[in-house]
Amino acid sequence: MSAKTTTRTTPSTSPASTSMTTPTPTAMITAGAPAARTAMAEHSSAAASGISRGQALRVYRTEAWQELLKLLRIPIFAASTIALPLMFYVIFGIAFGGESSRGVGATTYMLVTYGAFGVIGAALFGFGVSVAVERGQGWMRLKRVVPMPPLAYFVAKVLMSLAIATIIVIAMSALGAIVGGVRLSAGQWIAVSFALIAGALPFSAMGLAFGYLVGPNSAPAVLNLAWLPMAFASGLWIPISELPEVVQSVAPFLPPYHFVQLALGTIGASEGGSPVVHAAAVLAFTVLFLLVASWGYRRDEGRTYG
Amino acid sequence: MDTDLNSKSRQGTVLAELHDATKTFGSRGEPVHAVAGVDLTVRAGELLAILGPNGAGKTTTLNMMTGLSKPTSGSARLFGGDPRDLEARQRMGVMLQASGVPDTLRVGELLTAFSGYYPAPLPLEAIIEGAGLHGLEKRQFGALSGGQQRRVLFGIALSGDPDLLFVDEPTTGLDAEVRRALWATLRDLADSGRGVVLTTHYLEEADALADRIIVLSQGRIIADGTPDQVKSLVPGRRISAESSVTAEQAAHWPAVHHAVHDGTRLELLVSEAEPVVRRLLAQDPFLAGLTVTEPTLEDAFLTLTTSAKESA
Repeated sequence: MSAKTTTRTTPSTSPASTSMTTPTPTAMITAGAPAARTAMAEHSSAAASGISRGQALRVYRTEAWQELLKLLRIPIFAASTIALPLMFYVIFGIAFGGESSRGVGATTYMLVTYGAFGVIGAALFGFGVSVAVERGQGWMRLKRVVPMPPLAYFVAKVLMSLAIATIIVIAMSALGAIVGGVRLSAGQWIAVSFALIAGALPFSAMGLAFGYLVGPNSAPAVLNLAWLPMAFASGLWIPISELPEVVQSVAPFLPPYHFVQLALGTIGASEGGSPVVHAAAVLAFTVLFLLVASWGYRRDEGRTYG
Repeated sequence: MDTDLNSKSRQGTVLAELHDATKTFGSRGEPVHAVAGVDLTVRAGELLAILGPNGAGKTTTLNMMTGLSKPTSGSARLFGGDPRDLEARQRMGVMLQASGVPDTLRVGELLTAFSGYYPAPLPLEAIIEGAGLHGLEKRQFGALSGGQQRRVLFGIALSGDPDLLFVDEPTTGLDAEVRRALWATLRDLADSGRGVVLTTHYLEEADALADRIIVLSQGRIIADGTPDQVKSLVPGRRISAESSVTAEQAAHWPAVHHAVHDGTRLELLVSEAEPVVRRLLAQDPFLAGLTVTEPTLEDAFLTLTTSAKESA
């Protein structure tokens, strides 16, 4: 074997040097080593204790930056996630608003329910589908063999859900105030906006659970099948009081119902029921989804994807 | 080459170990034993090739060493600890067979992000140099050719300046020139005191590169030795002819490793062709359609598996 003798005795004349674009290993070793050695001396104490705080911070920042880049480079995904609930609100909330509900105008009531619809949808799809797809592609496998705290990957995705939720809530509030004649006190605007945006957190957990339960190809379809009826039955499209009684009796078993009641409570338009109960329900569902997700994360070990 | 410039661990230090490791998939129904009891040790300064046909358990073996997969029984140790520990991962580099890197991220962004995970990464310039990524920094991953994407994955594996590098079928899809260059890089890494483990189904690749070859078949190690030792186990020639000589007869001739007869043709794997051909022609005057060819790797595995069964 000529390759063996060539590479072992005279690496500098290895076939690599015949082309500009192919690797030149000798150059790599000489260029890389001194700097790496210096860096290693500087970091020796940090390496011994695992991961330094500064480095952890850098990793979290890089993950978030990567998520943002992925989002911005295919803008149609984010655009459709944002535009769909706004469109729904304009058509069903403002144009066909109808009677007032629970003492507030229809456009105000619908601002909260369609706002919730947008925030939950963004968390479910932004999180669930992207986790399912990236598991399928093998991106998660690559992340699992590098010294990245797994949490950094998930925190980055939660941040993106929060960012999109913020955009949806601000845009919808502007539409409501300008076109729909929604009038709220400053305190109410702030309270309802925070409540809605915070919804990205529990429903990111739900998206994560879905991401680990469904395969990469079926994820969008399965999620739509689960999400759209759930949104309807939770009273996100039509006020819950106007839904058939059967549906009303199902609603308390659906996490979006409890969330939207909490959000409606900030403007005094909830259907009743203690906010403590709703909050406890949302929390319980979140814990359940996180358990499912962590089970899925462990199950992925040694699988074809993961 | 200045070998002490960047020597890493002391030569011979144990970097990774598998002890009687097994991996079984599908608990219900019919369990598949992907790896059925493997013992192996990787030392600093050693380039170990895991050779085997598709489905032999090469990738599963690698996955157990890198912590991607937990052994069903037995144990896996990396740098003396659990392969899944952050500390262990900081010292290894892994090039997976397929990694779904998001298409929209640029090469430079990927390399920066991955080096950021390590306490003492290689400088970006060194990674680009070592993986041959010059001029590709601004390109999106999805816009690269298959071979270029493989090089990015190699660059990611190098980014942490690893003590131990795992590469799963690194040269699949690379053209001859790039493959040679990658071989040279891997060889240099081992010579500088790092450990390198690669899987391959090319005997030629294992022979050109490795200090030690482990041959896997159906989840078991059927040969373990230097390239010369392993090559000596592989038959020299494959003889095929329409003949009335039965497989049972031929199997007892000297130099014959393996014999089958499908009703028309007699197929032999032999260490030396000439004496066997002479004897065939002498025994069967009506012999026709004689061919003598280089045995394929599958032939080699057939002989190795047969001898493994016989000695068991």
